[in-house]
Amino acid sequence: MQSRLRVMIVDEKAERAALIESGLIEAGCEVVGCLIGQSDLESKVSSLQPDVIVIDMECPDRDTLEDMFRTTLHRQHPTVMFVDRSDSESIRAAVQAGVSAYVVGGLSPERVRPILEVAIARFQEFQTLRRELDDAKSNLEERKVVERAKGILMKRRGMAEDEAFRLLRKMAMDRKIRLAALAREIVAAAEVLL
Amino acid sequence: MKPLRVGFIPLSDCAVLAVAQEKGFFRRHEIEVTLSREVSWANVRDKVATGDLDAAQMLAGMPLAATAGIDPFAEPMVTGLSLGLNGNAITVSTSLWARMQEADADSVMRRPASAVALRRVIDDDRRQRRPMLRFAMVYPFSTHNYELRYWLAAAGIDPDNDVRLSVVPPIRMVEMLGRVAVDGFCVGEPWSSLAVSRGLGRIVATKYDIWNNSPEKVLAVKRRFAEQNPEVHRALLRAVLDAARWADLPENRGEVARILAAEAYIGVPEPVLAATLDGRVVLARDEAPVSIPDFHVFHRYGANVPWISHALWLLVQMLRWGQLTSAPNLMKLARSVYRVDLYRAAALELGVSAPDADLKSEGVHGGPWSLPGTAGPVEMGPDLFFDGREFHPTELASYLMSLQGNLPQRSFEALLEANS
Repeated sequence: MQSRLRVMIVDEKAERAALIESGLIEAGCEVVGCLIGQSDLESKVSSLQPDVIVIDMECPDRDTLEDMFRTTLHRQHPTVMFVDRSDSESIRAAVQAGVSAYVVGGLSPERVRPILEVAIARFQEFQTLRRELDDAKSNLEERKVVERAKGILMKRRGMAEDEAFRLLRKMAMDRKIRLAALAREIVAAAEVLL
Repeated sequence: MKPLRVGFIPLSDCAVLAVAQEKGFFRRHEIEVTLSREVSWANVRDKVATGDLDAAQMLAGMPLAATAGIDPFAEPMVTGLSLGLNGNAITVSTSLWARMQEADADSVMRRPASAVALRRVIDDDRRQRRPMLRFAMVYPFSTHNYELRYWLAAAGIDPDNDVRLSVVPPIRMVEMLGRVAVDGFCVGEPWSSLAVSRGLGRIVATKYDIWNNSPEKVLAVKRRFAEQNPEVHRALLRAVLDAARWADLPENRGEVARILAAEAYIGVPEPVLAATLDGRVVLARDEAPVSIPDFHVFHRYGANVPWISHALWLLVQMLRWGQLTSAPNLMKLARSVYRVDLYRAAALELGVSAPDADLKSEGVHGGPWSLPGTAGPVEMGPDLFFDGREFHPTELASYLMSLQGNLPQRSFEALLEANS
């Protein structure tokens, strides 16, 4: 049986690192270290001796890491492996997900590919989660501003709630703008005028 | 067409791209561009290779290394425009500076300070069995790496064995110097000035001192992109060239500093940026600035021409330091990446005079000179090396002879044969 691969994670975001760590453990890897936004990468890599390093592309230390491969770890050309050069589809997927991986020893691409796949999937998952969170935040903000605009109309024009909402909707449709955008204008105007 | 995505790294010499966006040069030349701030050169390389970026600011050696296949995940690249000349500096920690002064008070006061004093410090450390000094640069194929090595080697310091040389991203340099994780570095502005303004280091040599008006960053695209989108590419070059002309004028440098100070670009205090952009370089805190009017050159002196001679010099450095171990025909490689023809076409449309020549002897002009061009003479600046060496691109074989000891004999012979 092959020994478990020793993986090191370098990420700017702790939550995402945890997400990747659990995925890699499920995939049968040993996670030897999780570095969050640190800059002493060099000493960590030499003390932890990982087989594979998974690194967040937003982490500026990628250039340092690559140079370490060239000089101290390998001293050969080309010494850095971005998994498998011929595997351009997975490289593209990795770049778009914002993750990169480096192989320290002469491991075969077959052994490393599953790690990259886990990392890509977890990065994408994290992106989706963050987008959903952003959407939820902006939905909440939009609902609040529509409520405020409705309140302004009710107070200034003595309208009932549903009547105020219908007027808002009609005005937005007539002007071909979003309800929330119209509501923001009304709130802003009211702040100036009142 | 969807907007072009163009990558940049937060450095003073992203100025031309920032200006092209903020002063409407892209719009004027009818292209829509989204600028993307990148955190590492590896990201720039990978994103251009995958097509996530259409074009990017790159270190002058990067498209050459990528095309030669010596950078990982490398795709053939081309550049039709240089983004400027000079702009870097070598800075040492204040404590190392004190030791250099003690070791050789005369040579350190010369400008550029020679590394002879540094060699004495290194010799002393070796005798006392102290750990090696650590120096940092920003990328293996960076001009910074080659300048630092050139400066060290000129004083007899072996950059691979007498110091520990490693890569540190520009934004981490100042912090690393602050906690003595490095003793010195070579980096683009504003990071040396920032280290100086915090009293952490002293500038010992500027890139201009080491090689007057030397190549620094280029605007690069994948070769395939240039082939498939010739008109879009030309419009991009035209817009950036137009912006470079604007950014180069002394009266606009204040606004350049203001634009770059924004968080979206560099996000460091405006005065730190403004000093070197105005040609005032503060070498050490509490010292009066020295005047280096050509510290940043964005357009004059044929600065935007992707000179074949610059490409050749960079390739020779790659050979010298063992990065390029194959034996390519250097002239052919240089010409396939540095595309003066693309520059000329864009310049012609803009009414900018492009030199008729696409290479020049380096290290031979000590003052202003001029070259015949497509629309009148092109005024050129000095191009001396600090050690007085010359580089004649048409006599490549004889320059390569000086590298004999740096390459395995068989590679050296193959190299000579490929370039004779």
